[in-house]
Amino acid sequence: MSKILVLAEHDKGTVKKLTLNTLLFARQLAQKTGGSVDIAVLGHGVGPVAEALRGFGAGTIHVADHADLAYPLAGPYAKVLADLAKSTGAKVVAATASSLGKDVLPRVAARLGAGMASDVVALVDTKEGTAYRRPVWAGSLLADVVIDSPVHVVSVRSSAFDAAEAVGGASPVQAFAAQPDLAKARVRFVKFDGVQSTRPDLAEASVVVAGGRGLKPEKGGFGVIEPLADLLGGAIGASRAAVDDGYCPNDYQIGQTGKVVAPQLYFAIAISGAVQHLAGMKNSKVIVAINTREDEPIFKVADYGLVADAFVAVPELVEKLKAIKS
Amino acid sequence: MKILVSAKRVSDPNARLNISRDGKWIEGDVEYILNPFCENAIECALQLAEAHDGTETVAVGIGDDETARFIRQGALARGVDRGILVEADEAVIDSDVIARIYQGLCERERPDILLLGKQAIDGDSNQVGQLVAEYLGWPQATFASKVEIQGDEVIVQREVDGGLETIALTMPCVITADLRLNEPRYASLAGIMKAKKKPLDELEMDDLDLDSTDPKVRVVAMSTPAGRKAGVMVKTVDELVHKLKTEARVV
Repeated sequence: MSKILVLAEHDKGTVKKLTLNTLLFARQLAQKTGGSVDIAVLGHGVGPVAEALRGFGAGTIHVADHADLAYPLAGPYAKVLADLAKSTGAKVVAATASSLGKDVLPRVAARLGAGMASDVVALVDTKEGTAYRRPVWAGSLLADVVIDSPVHVVSVRSSAFDAAEAVGGASPVQAFAAQPDLAKARVRFVKFDGVQSTRPDLAEASVVVAGGRGLKPEKGGFGVIEPLADLLGGAIGASRAAVDDGYCPNDYQIGQTGKVVAPQLYFAIAISGAVQHLAGMKNSKVIVAINTREDEPIFKVADYGLVADAFVAVPELVEKLKAIKS
Repeated sequence: MKILVSAKRVSDPNARLNISRDGKWIEGDVEYILNPFCENAIECALQLAEAHDGTETVAVGIGDDETARFIRQGALARGVDRGILVEADEAVIDSDVIARIYQGLCERERPDILLLGKQAIDGDSNQVGQLVAEYLGWPQATFASKVEIQGDEVIVQREVDGGLETIALTMPCVITADLRLNEPRYASLAGIMKAKKKPLDELEMDDLDLDSTDPKVRVVAMSTPAGRKAGVMVKTVDELVHKLKTEARVV
């Protein structure tokens, strides 16, 4: 019986949806290895987070509630998560490959003497047991890796797994006496400047409208795609080129080094489709590309391509979608 | 102040990648480039050195003789003071061994800041900076988009989900560079000439007295992901709306 410990992410007392995708990964792994799943909740004042997770079939929900964990600093977080893994005898520690998971998990691996597989998209059976499948070279290739250390650490690409559904019941909640040792960590939180948005989170949205360098500010910029995102209840994303040129916030970037998304419907507006961008969206269910140049690589992955000026086509698209919706 | 900075070479992502015969890595005529995130790290090191007199910058590459060329051209020619090449077979080492090598180098060189790219664009693991920070017991700031030294603290702005975070680290510390940290400079002709004479030490892993040199993660198979089927081109917005409604059924 190997135990899998999943780190829950939360924001303002609410469980982040991406945690449920990681939970599904953990359930799949537990099925293969005959193990069980525990959940770790780290933070300060996180009782409601643990409460919200009780219906998901976890063996135990461990709560490490400490003032020094109020903000997720990698050193203290990793120490507490590794201490918890040791005290519960967890064989696998998993978290979402979010900016937090990427920041914290390798330090957990170092503390546990564990090997780590990053950005895992599937579990595969091999002659050497269960391997973790992960994209390399911007997703041009997939590598199946095995970890030889007794404990494994895994970051999970949430777009590759559905969200785990609640199964009922009420998992026991257990307090863990966290010792974050923040004073020894030589790091201090200064501030967080959040992107204010009423739209859904990019990584969680079922519709994503992404803009590229073709959306020049002097022509109207990202303003042209906002009505489309709002009409469909979607999030706005961007290519790296558009972010680099300052057309939109950093947080919008989709691609190899930005966010990886797989919504039901993805609009690539005035995006050429460099391999680094495709790495972040090519698993979307339906891809629509609008671009003035018909030879752009984005059309090779699009289900529907339209050669047109975005500043003309997108407003028309919004009007016609409104018409069929009413 | 002393800054140790990474100069990793990676195979060009735009070149064709062929899976090797044993199915465990790539082979063939691979073109190499300097890892883009290392270019940002090198630029950051140079800017910090320019702003703080008496700073020494040292570039590190891990690999074979070819890697030395990337240390010279990518780092020394741009202005980094000297280089260190650690010889290792990149095909068999994992992020953990690389982190152990950096740990050994930091114990030997005692830098105030270890500056690395946030990830290498071949393995895409995004682990080394965090691992070495833990092995050394140093604070870390990953995904840095702004780095400033104020007194004995380094103030780092980080690109995280949902916005920008600012944290303050006490040196010595580890920083990993994100793309928007800076615009890497080009090497000048004078820089390229000077680089030829700059010291470049070559070390073996055995020289570093490492705690562990066994990889923990092994590739057992490589594959090519299933490609998307080519879609259709539509002529008008009307046709697009029609297909989205009746064929894809997503609106």
